[in-house]
Amino acid sequence: MNPRRLSILTLLLAASSHALAGVLPEDRADVLYHLYDGGGVSIDGPSILVRKKVGKSLSVVGNYYVDMVSSASIDVITTASPYKEERKQWSLGVDYLRGNTTMRVNYASSVESDYDASTVSFSVSQDMFGDLTTLTLGYALGDDVVGRSDDLSFERPLDKQTYSLGLTQILTKNLISTLNFETATDEGLLNNPYRSVRYRDEGSALGYSYEPELYPNTRTSNAVGLRARYFLPYRAAIEGEYRYFIDTWDIEGHTAALTYIHPWRDFTFTGKFRYHNQTGAHFYRDIFSRSEATNFRGRDKELSPLTSYTFKLKASYQFLNDDGNDWGFIKKASVTASIDMLQVDYDDFSDLTAAAPLGSEPLYQLDADIFQVFFSFWY
Amino acid sequence: MRYLTSGRFLLPLLLLASLSGCSGIEPWVKPYERDKLADPIMALDSDAVSTAYMQHVYEAREGARGGEGAAGGGCGCN
Repeated sequence: MNPRRLSILTLLLAASSHALAGVLPEDRADVLYHLYDGGGVSIDGPSILVRKKVGKSLSVVGNYYVDMVSSASIDVITTASPYKEERKQWSLGVDYLRGNTTMRVNYASSVESDYDASTVSFSVSQDMFGDLTTLTLGYALGDDVVGRSDDLSFERPLDKQTYSLGLTQILTKNLISTLNFETATDEGLLNNPYRSVRYRDEGSALGYSYEPELYPNTRTSNAVGLRARYFLPYRAAIEGEYRYFIDTWDIEGHTAALTYIHPWRDFTFTGKFRYHNQTGAHFYRDIFSRSEATNFRGRDKELSPLTSYTFKLKASYQFLNDDGNDWGFIKKASVTASIDMLQVDYDDFSDLTAAAPLGSEPLYQLDADIFQVFFSFWY
Repeated sequence: MRYLTSGRFLLPLLLLASLSGCSGIEPWVKPYERDKLADPIMALDSDAVSTAYMQHVYEAREGARGGEGAAGGGCGCN
């Protein structure tokens, strides 16, 4: 057995020695349709999540998720051809409750034409101080294979490890908070094998040419997030959250969000505003001074300095109540619809579709709408 | 700053850790006082299927990741 996996298993067994009362997640099924539309990219598909208790100590959860991608993004139309592809992901997990301790094991697999991923994760949660405090330790190991759709012999490994620590704390009768730390390390092919960087080339009519990206083989990131939700004097809730992120590629990010939840009769309305700002990776350039100008080079707009804003509206309607309905084993059901309006302002990523002379290209801006509709059933 | 580098900040943490072992802390919010916290509008992750999807979207569109409590898989990042 791999020593690293053995140590995690040991941790899980050690944490299971406590013996008080705990609660498994409720039995529930969700059927969701999602649609992302923006920046020349359309991604839609279903996600089905089913959770069911088995006996008093086990809860089994399964998820099937599909992304159907139709892409003519700015990356694609400047250096490649529009394409369509499909990604399918499934996962299976088990929660085991013993006293005040919950242990979770989850396996997830994702397949697309040029990228396969599998992840196994473990976590253990312990309720403490009269269930006011919940401490969770987690570990995930990902084993990915990066390919190319135009070269079936191209295969590069990408290994991912994630360590997480979470603390959920009831602070007052009206206030609950959670603090999460996460460290992730990646090792392998981290750049997109199709994407190119541009560099100044006086021999080209445009004044620049392209060459493939080349990223470092490793990346380690740290994130700490804090959330707090407060029950208002009337029946409504407000939540604030903040996350700080930093990694070995010199990306530093601040993310903050404010959420308001307001129930009315059988409806629940939610409004949320989210803000994110980040610096760029040290090897990111909008344009390099010459070919192979630096050891590592990238022009992925997600690694560039940017600011994003999201405004969310969500409405949920509970159309079946647990009051002796005639839906058989289904106790409660609801339907939820939401829209997230995302805007991303890039500080150093030129819009090359504007066909402006080199040096006077406008900065790119992305606007996307994200729609979700889902039915939820409790049984 | 000297407080942080001297290691004295570890003392309260060690005290907290030792108290967790013997359950000596009296819960300051009693179980019968948690009716508001039990309201569905106070659930931190009331719709896991939707939360996981939005985390996937943000990880594909931004350079940051993690610190929010769930994990995904695959790329789907074009």
